[in-house]
Amino acid sequence: MKQYLLSVYQPDGPPPSPQALETIMRDVLAVRAEMKAAGAWVFTAGLHPASTATVVRVKNGEALMTDGPFAEGKEHLGGFSVIRAEDLDQALEWGRKLARATTLPIEIRPIQDDRRTEG
Amino acid sequence: MTTAPAASEIECVFRQEYSRAVAVLIRAFGDIDLAEEAVQDAFTAASERWPASGLPPSPAGWIIATARNRAIDRLRRETTRQDRHAEATRLFSSDMVMPVDPVNIDVDPMPDDRLRLIFTCCHPSLAVQSQVALTLRLLAGLTTAEIARAFLVPEATMAQRIVRAKGKIRDARIPYKVPDARELPNRVNSVLAVVYLVFNEGYTATSGDRLTRDELCAEAIRLGRLLVELVPDDPEVTGLLALMLLVESRRAARTGRRGELVRLADQDRALWNRALIEEGQHLVRSYLKWNRPGPYQIQAAINAVHSDAASAGVTDWTQILLLYDQLEAIAPGPIVALNRAVALAEVQGPHAALTVVDALDLERYYLFHAIRADLLRRLGRLSEAALAYESAIRLCENAAEREFLQTRRQSLD
Repeated sequence: MKQYLLSVYQPDGPPPSPQALETIMRDVLAVRAEMKAAGAWVFTAGLHPASTATVVRVKNGEALMTDGPFAEGKEHLGGFSVIRAEDLDQALEWGRKLARATTLPIEIRPIQDDRRTEG
Repeated sequence: MTTAPAASEIECVFRQEYSRAVAVLIRAFGDIDLAEEAVQDAFTAASERWPASGLPPSPAGWIIATARNRAIDRLRRETTRQDRHAEATRLFSSDMVMPVDPVNIDVDPMPDDRLRLIFTCCHPSLAVQSQVALTLRLLAGLTTAEIARAFLVPEATMAQRIVRAKGKIRDARIPYKVPDARELPNRVNSVLAVVYLVFNEGYTATSGDRLTRDELCAEAIRLGRLLVELVPDDPEVTGLLALMLLVESRRAARTGRRGELVRLADQDRALWNRALIEEGQHLVRSYLKWNRPGPYQIQAAINAVHSDAASAGVTDWTQILLLYDQLEAIAPGPIVALNRAVALAEVQGPHAALTVVDALDLERYYLFHAIRADLLRRLGRLSEAALAYESAIRLCENAAEREFLQTRRQSLD
């Protein structure tokens, strides 16, 4: 079993209408329930808007702070799930379900095995 | 006393057996690089021994058994080094690979192994360019240098592309398996698209001076044959093979003595390869019975109608137009509409065809302008035709085709 990070990329700008949001939340929760029932769900987090972010950088030994998200761009990370899957095909299947539910693009990325990073 | 096999005979065996050997070894060891290296080692051993000892009764079995032993040797060396990194770079973890004792692996390989390999190489999570590169590398056995030359990219670029693709297969864990029934039709389409892309690249190079790149067409057809063998119940697979055979049958007539382009209408049909035409037409007849039409089957049928005509003048354009109508119904799009318009011109005249063509949004496509130019010329609208040829010439990236278009342009003056 391998773990994958499913990241939701959200466009900047006003959120969808309350009705649209209600449908989306219902569908997303349904996918999460499906993941849990299948033993695939590990963790999920929804993030506050990108404007609430802070970036810390160390330059010349000094920690500098900037207000806002890391990447300039029109989309930002809106939330993520960690899932367990046998292989990429299985992870992609969850990614598809999440993409339909959120109506947003989902990035599916493999997580490195703990085994390899153990000392 | 057996006669020593010729180098070309051995080479032929290698070409045929490379993908099968690699596919079996990947299943046994779960590592593409290990499989490739082991098979290369086996080929080296074969080219040293077979000239003296003759071809073994089962060359495939010999190669697989030898490669298997080489792979085991390599792994033993790695384990001795306690190289955890080497283990970690194994493509598929041990729980994914079938529990096969490598010492006793089936030397008579299942057809499934090459099928697994094709589907892995053409996984939709890989960029199409990467799918093509991997397919040519692992299934056609072309070297990185050969693939780079075929696609006119620097060898280092192609090598990077292949390394990255293998890395993704390993790290994202693309499974080494035949997709299940639900996924299979989509996945077969990906594979067919890659094979067709390779064929098209070989038939009309998108850039560069040579009009054709023979090796790519031959490899595409070989892959097409393999696919028909491995996926016999999908008529589109047969359709693609038929299409490639029928297009390939015209190769000798397609280029003139100076390598210039000769259009279908002007080709010397005596130069067409009758064996390929017969094979292609036989395949077309065989899938018509199944009545499960698809784009490749219809395109092949269109080419079969062309191949039926003893001369351009007796081409059954009405039949071709009907086939394009069918193609438009199942796979509509501007390119199909453009090609259909060419047939429409022969049945209803250039005016009807130009009306259709003018409505298409294909400004960036050189053939759009070339076809427009030809229709305008036939309608006597020569200054407009000249402008259209000029647009086509500007957008065309193949030197032989450009030369052809220039000749057409000049003929208007």
